[in-house]
Amino acid sequence: MKSYLEPEYVVDRDDDRCTRCKACVDQCTYEAHYYNPEDGRVYSRDEKCVNCHRCVVFCPTQAITIRRNSSAYAANYNWTQEAIRDVKKQAETGGVVITGMGCDKPHYTYWDRLLLNASQVTNPSIDPLREPMELRTFLGAKPDRLELDVEDEDVVLKTELPPQVCVETPILFSAVSYGATSFNVHEALARAAAEYGTLFNTGEGGLDWRLYKHGDHIIVQVASGRFGVHPDYLNIGAAIEIKIGQGAKPGIGGHLPGEKVGPEISRTRMIPVGTDAFSPAPQHDIYSIEDLRQLIYALKEATDYTKPVSVKIAAVHNSAAIASGMVRAGADIIALDGVRGGTGAAPKVCRDNVGIPIELALASVDQRLRDEGIRNKVSIIAGGGIRSSADAVKAIALGADAVYIATAALVAMGCTVCQRCYTGKCPWGIATTDPEISKRLDPDVAAKRLMNLLQAWSWEIKEMMGGMGINAIESLRGNRLHLRGVGLTDTELRVLGVKMAGE
Amino acid sequence: MSWTKTNNRYNEDKIFEACSLFGMMNLKGERFSSKDPVRAIANMHDRGNGLGGGFAIYGLYPDYKEYYALHVMYMDADAKRRTESLLKENFDIHVDEEIPTEEANVRNPPILRRYFVEPRKRRLEGQHPDDYIRENVMRINTQTGKAFVFSSGKDMGVFKGVGFPEDIAQYFCLEEYRGYMWICHGRFPTNTPGWWGGAHPFNILDWTVVHNGEISSYGTNRRCLEMYGYRCTMQTDTEVLAYAFDLLIRRHSLPIEVVTQVLAPPFWTEVDEEPPRRRHLLTALRQTYSSLLMNGPFTIIVAHRGEMIGLTDRIKLRPLSAGVKGNFLYLSSEEAPIHLVAPNPDRTWRPCGGKPVVGRVEDQRVKELLVSGMSR
Repeated sequence: MKSYLEPEYVVDRDDDRCTRCKACVDQCTYEAHYYNPEDGRVYSRDEKCVNCHRCVVFCPTQAITIRRNSSAYAANYNWTQEAIRDVKKQAETGGVVITGMGCDKPHYTYWDRLLLNASQVTNPSIDPLREPMELRTFLGAKPDRLELDVEDEDVVLKTELPPQVCVETPILFSAVSYGATSFNVHEALARAAAEYGTLFNTGEGGLDWRLYKHGDHIIVQVASGRFGVHPDYLNIGAAIEIKIGQGAKPGIGGHLPGEKVGPEISRTRMIPVGTDAFSPAPQHDIYSIEDLRQLIYALKEATDYTKPVSVKIAAVHNSAAIASGMVRAGADIIALDGVRGGTGAAPKVCRDNVGIPIELALASVDQRLRDEGIRNKVSIIAGGGIRSSADAVKAIALGADAVYIATAALVAMGCTVCQRCYTGKCPWGIATTDPEISKRLDPDVAAKRLMNLLQAWSWEIKEMMGGMGINAIESLRGNRLHLRGVGLTDTELRVLGVKMAGE
Repeated sequence: MSWTKTNNRYNEDKIFEACSLFGMMNLKGERFSSKDPVRAIANMHDRGNGLGGGFAIYGLYPDYKEYYALHVMYMDADAKRRTESLLKENFDIHVDEEIPTEEANVRNPPILRRYFVEPRKRRLEGQHPDDYIRENVMRINTQTGKAFVFSSGKDMGVFKGVGFPEDIAQYFCLEEYRGYMWICHGRFPTNTPGWWGGAHPFNILDWTVVHNGEISSYGTNRRCLEMYGYRCTMQTDTEVLAYAFDLLIRRHSLPIEVVTQVLAPPFWTEVDEEPPRRRHLLTALRQTYSSLLMNGPFTIIVAHRGEMIGLTDRIKLRPLSAGVKGNFLYLSSEEAPIHLVAPNPDRTWRPCGGKPVVGRVEDQRVKELLVSGMSR
């Protein structure tokens, strides 16, 4: 069948600048560039280009520009280029349109309509270069009160706190599974988390034993496929996370194609080489809140009650009620993943239409737990759409204890959010397990880039906090008086629990 | 002497960012008159702007000390009628009287009444009387929006309103009263309207707070206290301090020294250097009570029966001086008023940020605490 699809992107090569070095040919894993020995020139196959910019960055003479194909269908608000392309794709394949990364639609981002406060006159701003500025955060359930005794003029603590995990910045690396990405990605994330004093989440594919040494800075995930879950794995982490859902594809399972399952991934995931790894949509032992409680306590038993247990859900319509149930089921941490959260592969229709924005879910969960008087019994980690330190600060002011970032971390390592993670051919060596391609990601360089990102965001958070006259991150948590909305309806302001700017 | 006629050479519209605090207690519990406290707070006239002044006096009602003394302000007669029917329903009222006042330079005074009450036995149902009072105060303060219980302790009372503190003292005839501890406040309202309920001190049961500063963690503190049943109705951030003290000391039974470590905790860099047991304690405190950390500039003087505490935020963005002369302990925003009312004091000092000064009536530990307050 002849394809009616036209190239989305056009490779524009300045032939005067091109030195025929063939770097682009080598770098492009999609074979969009090729060298013709007959005339000694480099050509492009536009239809293969995904606009990942690998060739643009690596062309030594800046000869390449990637442009969106300017040849467009008739302008139409309803029948957009994207809508027409998707229908044609399906007509030619009969399949579900698959995509990668998070929802790319413009209508969900509340961060951009929330603005932060700063001190003027009545309250001095604090200069983080001169004064201490504390970001240290403890994740885990907190008691309602402490019991103290005075013995020999000395105050003695009687209450034993539930297990806590400490992070030196409220930014954690969210779940990125081994298999969807390579060992080098995991190594870079784990090393950066350990060096900076934060946490890296393994995702659902287990943890390669070579990274066990960073266990104190790792959240080990237990998902519906139970890949790589065994006693050593559970006990090596600082915390355990039960994955119920993911913001990019709430209610949907996962599928790691067999060709990505090489010997190391096979060993770590505990499945035969070359087999497809299916994660069922639900956890097949969790069909209710009481089942969740059983799994939470099974994991706590397995680890002797030494680690907080997190439960991750996609932000959906009744997140607030679900979250309340999760706390009562024994979760020490709630991870909320908003509709803009990323993924290696998801049906596009789900990615773009299922779930709700993290801002609204976070605001309603935090308020609900306070209304029920149980907010202290759980920490909230918000993820799915955090693009900058400002987003992180706003999330904390809305009520989060910390934020999860994954897309931002991948971007720090080289990702350009081209949304083709599902091909397994990521030219940046990230969303691939191909031994040759994944070598492109040098764990030393990637770890350094991640460290820099954590440092830069942490500094920016300190600057914003100092501006608000706050020198401890906990004084920002849930402090919605430091937020104001612009361009929001009364209902949106009410759900977010913030005032209109100027009020 | 007319205190309000103080010459302001910067003209009346010059804005000073300040409030004035003054606390004075007799460490032997002997009662004294309003003369020194009022002179001292008037000496810091320029730290206020005439939009709020107030006093808390302990040892005030020895004849009625077994009853809760409710001081209530009503913005209109309807609120008074509705609130009094609620009071009659829930309390045995032993005295119901107008709070005595005289002509003074104050603005729009509300209806002011005081009641000496005890909870109706059959309504208590095993509840601690303090909890019963707290619940009823919260209820009255949220019910009409026009009735406020601004003092609810025993053998103590708060007098406050819109005016300079010296005018408020005159208005409430404070020269008629005596107490062993006086807490005074002159207000420079910035972020809330200057209304009678918003003046300091803030009180709930036995606890009183005066405050200089702006609490930038207010949103966090308020939402935390709401989880414990407190409702912030006074449109000012100082209220959260009073409720935090009530929660931590009365309900959670934490010693005052520990409470100051919750409100103004040491920095993590300091905690990390402590020996293991103390580090463990300080860490657990901060983990559990992080939402009650008071961030932003503040100096507070907190009082309850027999005890007066001075505390600043942990980087001391607001001033606090302390002094001792004979049996008197003085806490003040500025040092000058201490010298005014206690010439040649035994000693004066400036407490460090986040380190409390605690004075206790008839307690051998007073001096030790004073010494540690000085040495840090």
